Amino acid sequence: MTRQFDVAVIGAGPAGLAAATEAAQSGLSVALLDEQQAPGGQIYRGIETASAARLKLLGADYAEGRPLVEKFRASGAEYMPGSLVWNVTIDKVVEFSRDGASSRIRADAIIVATGALERPCPLPGWTLPGVTTAGALQILLKASGIVQEDAVLTGSGPLLWLLASQMVDAGVPPRAIVETVPNGRLLQALPHLPKALWQRSYLFKGLSMVRKVRRAGVLIYRNATGVAVEGATFATALNFTAGGKPHRIETRTIALHQGVVPNQQVTRLLRCDHVWDSSQHCFRPVIDAYGATSADGVYVAGDGAGIGGAKAAAIQGQIVAIGLALRAGRGNGERLAHLHSALAKEASVRPFLETLYAPAPQILSPADDTLVCRCEEITAGSIREAVRLGAPGPNQVKSFLRAGMGPCQGRVCGLAVSAIIGEERGETPDDVGYYRIRPPLKPLLLSEIANFATSDAQEHATE
Amino acid sequence: MVRRIETIGNEVIFSFEGQPVTARAGDSVAAALTAVGISHLRDSVVSGAARGVYCMMGACFDCLVEVNGVPNRQACMTEVRHGLDVRRQSGGVEVRS
Repeated sequence: MTRQFDVAVIGAGPAGLAAATEAAQSGLSVALLDEQQAPGGQIYRGIETASAARLKLLGADYAEGRPLVEKFRASGAEYMPGSLVWNVTIDKVVEFSRDGASSRIRADAIIVATGALERPCPLPGWTLPGVTTAGALQILLKASGIVQEDAVLTGSGPLLWLLASQMVDAGVPPRAIVETVPNGRLLQALPHLPKALWQRSYLFKGLSMVRKVRRAGVLIYRNATGVAVEGATFATALNFTAGGKPHRIETRTIALHQGVVPNQQVTRLLRCDHVWDSSQHCFRPVIDAYGATSADGVYVAGDGAGIGGAKAAAIQGQIVAIGLALRAGRGNGERLAHLHSALAKEASVRPFLETLYAPAPQILSPADDTLVCRCEEITAGSIREAVRLGAPGPNQVKSFLRAGMGPCQGRVCGLAVSAIIGEERGETPDDVGYYRIRPPLKPLLLSEIANFATSDAQEHATE
Repeated sequence: MVRRIETIGNEVIFSFEGQPVTARAGDSVAAALTAVGISHLRDSVVSGAARGVYCMMGACFDCLVEVNGVPNRQACMTEVRHGLDVRRQSGGVEVRS
């Protein structure tokens, strides 16, 4: 028999943990599936095992993951770690691989809490060993307590400063921060400042991070353009122009960041309606006030529905779960008004940050010889050429060139490919669209499908 | 250079390209290799260019290595264990029976 749950939650970050906890506490049967071996998602990675020293240097915001995980552990929700979800169907069957074998569960409702991915940063040399995302360096610190010396952080967004200040606290400050935020952005963002003051603690936190990084003697370059990594078999230097002068910093560790974007894989697989968010420069699934997508019984909570950060994600998780409980005739909606206003407060800082830290022009429109699809090694120029030959969208470019057809299945290049096509055709991202995502959501060994749990296989055979 | 902010404590020893690597229990293969300064984990499928860890969270598939004879394993999603035999992966992988 396929096990049946009221709610299946995919992802154990703040949204998934909060949703599963809330749903289980209101008496619904809940399964939470997550690919990692421990709860927390990427933002609270290693939260249960981090030493006191690591907790201290990662800061109070990170430590907030502890009670979230403790409540989840005590909630009665069934936790399925190490479970790679490789298919979700519109009749709400979730197929996943765990310990080398696949099985499936069925649920009345699915909450997609698969969070965010780093925005693609196509620039010359970005595939060289030693070049990672900023998120990767932070995961090394959170999960393993590993920090690299002489790192150069480049790009745009609060994470660069957060990571730098955590590295300072770890006693290994980065060599430099090379910001690609153009001059004049602050001025553009100023109209959003009054609203952002509603959540001014984030602004103060940002300013104090910048001060800390400056005091630690980290070199800071602003308004950098023409960022390029130099190296043959690994990164050896970062080149860029700033203040009207060319610069070259020797380093073997370079971290890129241009903000994070919703992970669309599951919602695209389910053919949920998506819309282009012109402030966040990304696609997000269309949802109502209770996280419901256009697919019946499929909900999204957290950054997967549009970037709002960890606290907003946990609030959204609670809202979605309370909504489901109410529909099942359980619980009550007393806290909903409070949660919706807390969510609005969290969101108030976003327009300011999104305007100030909008992605750099260089990565939105990469040079012709820059690799865009890392897996299949497809350049921006060849994508433009395919468009000139008549490819109207990403799926045709995929057929022409194999862009997005490698093992990452377009997770890294997708937004960049859609943007290049849109620019070349003079169309909006909504017109251009996105890759059509199909199962399996991640590459599997044949044995992981062959080893379908026996009871499931029998049921499947008789269906 | 790479620094660990805590002592290794519970040691796990595995091998990369036949050479022993000392890791901390709970590390991913990708983290353990990064900690000893190894960044070149594979050669790409199309051009043979050197590649290594990029996202560290299972999304980019750039850290693919061979683990105990099984190719295309994500180093960042594989936890270190005693005696694990990890190999650099070169280009595409042949289908084996």
